[in-house]
Amino acid sequence: MSTDPNPGRTAPVLAVEGLEVHYGPRRRRRRALHDVSLSIAPGETVGVIGETGSGKSTLARTVLGLVRASAGSIVIDGEEVGAYGPRQWRALRRRGVVQYVFQDPLRSLDPDLTVEDSLAEPLLVQGVPRTEAAARVRAFLTRVHLTEDLLDRLPGELSGGQRQRVAVARALVTEPRLVILDEPVSALDSANRVQVLQILKELRTDGVALVFISHDLGSVAGVADRIAVLYQGEAVEVGAAADVINTPRHPYTRLLVRSAPTLHSAPADRAEREALRALLHA
Amino acid sequence: MSTLSEKLQAPAEHTAKPVRPSQPVLSVREVRISDQAAGREIVHGVSFDLTPGRTVGIVGESGSGKTLTCRAALGILPAHFEVTGGSIELDGHDITGFSTAEWTSLRGSTISAVFQDPASYLNPSIRVGAQVAEVIRVKKKVRRREARRQTIELLRAVHLRDPELVYGQYTYELSGGMLQRVLIAAAIAAGPRVLIADEATTALDVTVQAEILDLLADLREQTGLALVVVSHDLAVVAQLCDEVLVLRQGEVVEQGPTHEVLHHPRHAYTRLLIAEHEQYGLDRFLAPEEDA
Repeated sequence: MSTDPNPGRTAPVLAVEGLEVHYGPRRRRRRALHDVSLSIAPGETVGVIGETGSGKSTLARTVLGLVRASAGSIVIDGEEVGAYGPRQWRALRRRGVVQYVFQDPLRSLDPDLTVEDSLAEPLLVQGVPRTEAAARVRAFLTRVHLTEDLLDRLPGELSGGQRQRVAVARALVTEPRLVILDEPVSALDSANRVQVLQILKELRTDGVALVFISHDLGSVAGVADRIAVLYQGEAVEVGAAADVINTPRHPYTRLLVRSAPTLHSAPADRAEREALRALLHA
Repeated sequence: MSTLSEKLQAPAEHTAKPVRPSQPVLSVREVRISDQAAGREIVHGVSFDLTPGRTVGIVGESGSGKTLTCRAALGILPAHFEVTGGSIELDGHDITGFSTAEWTSLRGSTISAVFQDPASYLNPSIRVGAQVAEVIRVKKKVRRREARRQTIELLRAVHLRDPELVYGQYTYELSGGMLQRVLIAAAIAAGPRVLIADEATTALDVTVQAEILDLLADLREQTGLALVVVSHDLAVVAQLCDEVLVLRQGEVVEQGPTHEVLHHPRHAYTRLLIAEHEQYGLDRFLAPEEDA
């Protein structure tokens, strides 16, 4: 099951087709992604699950134009961006169509800008008047369950959970069509994790499409409509979240599901894990 | 789980001093830990008994006191932290007032531990095998060649695929999961009766985490090792433990058999930990009452 069953009647916000990415100099070229295809409809949340070295961050970086694909096409909101140069990417990003949230908000937020300035900046770049920008900043702060008294704080004066919510608000403030989230909750404790996942779930009503990339099947299962499983650079399984978790087809997906800690783990899972490990390592 | 008494008899080298299996190897009674510098009590009374082949889990977020409790049992509390109440008995000995020499003889051979970041517990410029062999030479007083042989056996016992190769490798050549296996090998080298795993799988990928948890379960069944598993994740603890303690701000808010805690949680905080899995985790699909 390596093809992606296109779910939407509407045109996809993101359509990746036959994506190939290689790293390294010619002689020691290593394949990071192989024949990855994925499409995401407006308002849909697609989870991309993969472990160390699976190529999940490469996928995020390629879709954001930070890494160049060696083959395949990337269509964002109807625009083929695969062959875009830096200048065209900059123009696309400025329009705020595609946004991103990374694991560590301390690195993605300017440490010298207050929350208010950080959130307003992408709007001012677009030429939105100051008063309107200020109103929108406040609206989006509420969306991520933060209060206005945080507006004049610096990122260093916020807790980890608050910081990540500011990063989410910053990604949303330009009302993008697509947000790529790479491990957005991995550095958070459980209370903050739940809160960020809750916020992401609420976004669904806006029609923004989310790509939620994580090594943690639990978090992905919590928010995704569909799940894509990346293993050694290939999307080995793509399907509805419930199907992937209840009836995983690829041996690696089965191992992932049987390995993820759940409250319902049974002793029988251990024998199954052993068998799957033997199968995958053969 | 198989009966402990049988398993205990089997590998003679792992039982330095035979103790009746029903008798706890680690007994923690109303332990209170204070930060003497700040003049503040951090852990407000933790109690549990651990018999051979059994596993106790401690769940809580950072700052809940779970690591301090473990460190107290290992005699490695940070500077100006002290046990200010209750008692800890290790293999029948009250550890209060233990001298450094007494600790040195007990640590490794009676109680041992593995922690979150395996790379920081190994010297990057010494081959990992030599570091495990050193434990064996010092603790078992054997010659180098014999220590090497036993190390390779241990590396095999922790399911490292090519133990001879791994013996000669450096930390940077091994993955996080392999390093954690090396540290588990070092931790069980002197045949301890209690192994503390403090967030030992937190930094690992889930499939690797499951491999390490399965390995701990194997060791427990084969050698009668008693485990203390500490995690922020209730599900990790649930997978392996007979009894669970839920710690919050130094207070045990819930304690009981794993099944009881999972299915009839009494404290709101425990219910929150469970809800996290049921609403935002795999359990959302796996739980029979939830239908997605």
